[in-house]
Amino acid sequence: MNHAFDIVIVGAGPAGLAAACAAAESGQRVAVLDDTPWLGGQIWRGEQSRPQLSQAQRWIERFRRSGATLLDRTSAIACPQPGVLLAEHPDEPREIHWQRLILATGAREMFLPFPGWTLPGIVGPGGLQALVKNGWPVDGKRIVVAGSGLLLLAVADGLKKHGAKIVSVSEQAPWSRVLGFGPALLSHPGKMLQGAGIKLRLLGVPYRCGVWPVKAEGDEQVRRVTLTDGRNTWTEDCDLFACGFNLVPNVELPLALGCALSDGFVRVNEWQAASVENVYCAGEPTGIGGVDCALVEGRIAGCAAGDRHAPAKALFAKRACWHRFRAALARAFALRPELKSLAADDTLICRCEDVTLGRMKQFNGWRDAKLQSRCGMGPCQGRVCGAAAKFILGRGMESVRPPVFPARVSSLITSGTSASNPNPNQTTT
Amino acid sequence: MPANPIQLRVNGKSVLVSAGTVLAAAIAQAGVTKFRRAVTGGPRGPLCGMGICMECRVTINGQTQCRSCQTLCEEGMEMRTDE
Repeated sequence: MNHAFDIVIVGAGPAGLAAACAAAESGQRVAVLDDTPWLGGQIWRGEQSRPQLSQAQRWIERFRRSGATLLDRTSAIACPQPGVLLAEHPDEPREIHWQRLILATGAREMFLPFPGWTLPGIVGPGGLQALVKNGWPVDGKRIVVAGSGLLLLAVADGLKKHGAKIVSVSEQAPWSRVLGFGPALLSHPGKMLQGAGIKLRLLGVPYRCGVWPVKAEGDEQVRRVTLTDGRNTWTEDCDLFACGFNLVPNVELPLALGCALSDGFVRVNEWQAASVENVYCAGEPTGIGGVDCALVEGRIAGCAAGDRHAPAKALFAKRACWHRFRAALARAFALRPELKSLAADDTLICRCEDVTLGRMKQFNGWRDAKLQSRCGMGPCQGRVCGAAAKFILGRGMESVRPPVFPARVSSLITSGTSASNPNPNQTTT
Repeated sequence: MPANPIQLRVNGKSVLVSAGTVLAAAIAQAGVTKFRRAVTGGPRGPLCGMGICMECRVTINGQTQCRSCQTLCEEGMEMRTDE
C-alpha cells in the first residue's frame, strides 16, 4: 500500500502526538506511524482507560480531532530513497512518502549485564509497568526494584497499586547526588508534586540510594537478588525483579536516515531540525528529558515543519526550562563506575546470540566482535547489548544497516516496486 | 472472570483474559514463565516489555518469532512458547 503526506511523524508518544497536533492544526496533511496498536507511546500506555482525565487523555483527544492520520502497528524498517519510508504492518508492507519527516522514536531502558540477568522474571521497570497496564499479573507478587532513575519510584508506586508487594527500591546513585536534584524539582511544581505523592504512598517501602544489584539467582526463573552498597552485600527473595538503568534513545532510524549524532543523541537546531534536510527530531532521541520536555519539543517540531515559526519561537523559553531539568536528571542519575564490573567473563552480554563478556573482550572493536562472535547480530540488532558494551567496554554500535528492525522478506521485496514513480498527491492501494 | 472475556489457547491450555490484554500477559496469566529457549538453551522471558529486545518471541497462530508484548489478544488465538 502506498501513502503520501506532507508531514510524516514516526512515533505516537508524547513528542509525536504534540508534533502531529501542531502540524495538522496548520493545515498540513499529516500521518503518524507507530509500532504498537495503541496511542501514547510506552509512557502513556493504558492511560486511555483511566477514569479521570489525564494529560495523556487530553493529548490523545486533541490528536483525534486534529485530522492527522494514524498508521498504527506500522514499524518503519528502511529508507529506500529520500522522501520515502518503508514500513511493515501485520497485513501488508507500506510505502510512506513524505515531504517533511519528524522523528519521535522515543527511548528504551538501559539494561546492564550481571550474573543471572537473563533469568525469566527479570524485567525492565518501565517494561514491567507497561506489561502490567496490559494485564500482566502482579497481585501478591514480591518485587525487588533496582537500577536508576525517577522511573523506579513511579513504577514501584504503580506496581503497588496493582497489588504487588514491593520488597525494596534501590537507586544506584548516591543520596548526595539524588538530593542535589531537589532544586531542579523545585522549579517544576508539577514534577515536585508528583514526586511527593509517590513518596507518600510508598511509605513502608524502603527506598535506598547508593545500592545496586550484583547477582540474580533462580532455576527456571528469578528467585532472589543480591544487592550491595559497596560495603555490605545481602540477598532478597522475590518473584519478579524490575531492573533498569535509566534510558537510552532510539536512534536507529535517525542513523539510517543519515542524521548526525552528538554524544549519542540526535543533533538538532533551535527548530528541532536534524542535520538531514527536511528531517526533524523531538523528544528522547535528542536527550532524555521526560514527557513534558518531549511535548514542548514535539510542538516546536510540528510548528516548524509546518512553516509556522512564530508559534514555535514562543515555546523556546519553555523548552529551555525543560532542558535545564534534563541536564539535572543526567547529573543526578549518572551511572557509577562500579556497574562496569558487574558482569563476569562468563556472563552473557548479547542475549540474542549468547555471546559472553569474555568472548567479546577478545576483539578490538565492536565491528570485529560482531563479525567473529555474532554479538549484536540477533533479532534485537544490538539494541540491548550495544548500549551495555558501550558502557562496559567503551565500544558499541557505530552504524545501522537496513532493515533497522527484523522484517519479513515479502516487505523487503515490495520495496522498489512502486517507489520508482510515486505520485505524491495520490494514495493508492 | 474478566468482563467481556477473550478466549485463547496457550500451549494448548484454554485461557480467559480481558480485552486489552497483551499476549505476553496472557502467557504469564497461564502460569508460563519461560517464553523461549536461548541459542545455548537457557530459559528466557520478556525483558523490555516494549518491543525492543525480542526476548518474548512466541509462535502465534503458526507464525513464529512474534513479539508477544506488542500483540493484543484476540478471540481464538493459538499461541505456543518454546517448551
